Amino acid sequence: MDAIRTNALTLGYGEEDIIEELDLVIPKGKITVFIGGNGSGKSTLLRSLARLLKPKEGSVVLDGADIARTPTKKIAQKLSILPQSPVAPEGLTVLELVKQGRYPYQSWLNQWSEKDEKAVQRAMEVTGVKDLSERKVDSLSGGQRQRAWIAMNLAQDTDIILLDEPTTYLDLTHQIDILDLLSDLNEEENRTIVMVLHDINLACRYADHIVAISNKTIYHQGDPDTIVTPELVANVFGLRCQIMNDPHSGTPMCIPFSRGRRKKDASHARKMDA
Amino acid sequence: MIEKNKGKWIGLGLGSIVVLFFMWGSVIWGLTKIDTQMVIDSFLHFDGSNEHIIIQDTRIPRSLIAAAVGASLAIAGAIMQGITNNPLASPSIFGVNAGASFFVVLGITAFGMTSLMSFTWLAFLGAALAVIIVYSLGTLGKDGLTPIKMTLAGAAIAALFSSMTQGMLTLNEQSLDQALFWLAGSVQGRDLDILAAVFPYILIGLVVSLLIGKQINVLAMGEDLAKGLGQKTWLIKVLAALTIVLLAGGAVAVAGPIGFIGIVIPHVARWMVGIDYRWVIPYSGMLGAVLLLIADIGARYIIMPAEVPVGVMTAFIGVPFFIYIARRGINE
Repeated sequence: MDAIRTNALTLGYGEEDIIEELDLVIPKGKITVFIGGNGSGKSTLLRSLARLLKPKEGSVVLDGADIARTPTKKIAQKLSILPQSPVAPEGLTVLELVKQGRYPYQSWLNQWSEKDEKAVQRAMEVTGVKDLSERKVDSLSGGQRQRAWIAMNLAQDTDIILLDEPTTYLDLTHQIDILDLLSDLNEEENRTIVMVLHDINLACRYADHIVAISNKTIYHQGDPDTIVTPELVANVFGLRCQIMNDPHSGTPMCIPFSRGRRKKDASHARKMDA
Repeated sequence: MIEKNKGKWIGLGLGSIVVLFFMWGSVIWGLTKIDTQMVIDSFLHFDGSNEHIIIQDTRIPRSLIAAAVGASLAIAGAIMQGITNNPLASPSIFGVNAGASFFVVLGITAFGMTSLMSFTWLAFLGAALAVIIVYSLGTLGKDGLTPIKMTLAGAAIAALFSSMTQGMLTLNEQSLDQALFWLAGSVQGRDLDILAAVFPYILIGLVVSLLIGKQINVLAMGEDLAKGLGQKTWLIKVLAALTIVLLAGGAVAVAGPIGFIGIVIPHVARWMVGIDYRWVIPYSGMLGAVLLLIADIGARYIIMPAEVPVGVMTAFIGVPFFIYIARRGINE
């Protein structure tokens, strides 16, 4: 079962192509993570899946229909997106923010309903921001703020949630906190999650399916345990490294080679590799 | 800040009474002493006396025009600040007033136009052109619309239109007097015909502005988020731009370019009712009307028997506030 698929998708700004003729399938009910270097087009691809960017060529298909031909509010009832580092207007409260998630269900005639209220309360409970509901979004810490934004996405009540680097600017504790929350949403509520992550080790821990993007197309995709190799990291990130099993999760872990200070340990590691 | 909706409705009711009070004040206060009885008499049995003529031909038009123009400029500013998420946005800073003025002065000097209807259309045309140019320049480049690019584009376009207006006036000195007082911004010396000509458009602008508050709330979170929530952002932006053109262009056609109301009032409105544009827009309209009425009444008393152009009065009130906003920084 696929949640989203693309047909010969070509993306770009102006003359320059960023993604060329890509056929991609996002599996339903799984966590898919896009990885790739800076400027590889992973965020561009994610944005196009959420119809924030019009394809130059090709199409994005959601539930069997081209999203370019589907009413945008209908899409918003099936798929939500959290853009990278969103900024709330100064003075907006958490409750007001989360309520905006119900926008796709409202119209000029159809105003706030019982169902909307329930969805908002539930979204705040699940994300643990209920106690913060009257606080201003701009007064929250980075981690709390990101939870509030995710609550808005949840209020939208969609099967598919896309997130563009949801852990950027968060300290490690809060990165784990946000990813655990997303992992719970996937497992307990069977939501399809697609996100862009910078940290390959965290990507390996949380992803069911990794899509590695390089050279305007997919370099490789699949289960992190099988596809994440030193060769992949070298080709996608241009980084030499060693891949070990993460002692905590057993998933692949990338140990980059560098000219750091502790050369002795690095040579030791290389020996172990051999 | 008023937190509860009930309080906001009460505020709106009280505010409307304040507007009516100053509209009344605008009719009876000034160099010529007028009292309530005279106003009533001028309607019931007009006797052609000096006072009655002043009431009917000067004071009442002036009062209505000040209220309509003040509300229009303030709402245009509120919408601009909302959709661009830029606290410095306003019809005067972004060149909308300057664009409308240039086209009107062009009509007067180059084509000898004198009819009110032609002024109106020229003002709409100039305002629309300014909106289109500033928006296009502000969104140029890969990173899209940013507050700083938009403010720079607006300032440049405002300066361009103003200097072209001055150029037109130097080339054609006969029209100088006619155009100059109008350019300083004034609600005085305009008869009701011009308001009547423009009012239908202003009314459309006002009605649309009251309907799009909720949409602006969504768009204010950023274009990507609004699109993600299923908003047709282009449609909202076109509607908003049209409203800005009708309100700011209409206001300029009637009263000339009056600055600072469009930038100051939306901030005061947000300070009173928070950031929900369903409230910010009506409060801006109410406060804008009050500010321009007070400025116009004040303008009669400062150098009596002469009058200060009301555009100068609003600038006196607006400049300190503008500096305060600028010091808090763009997009803080």
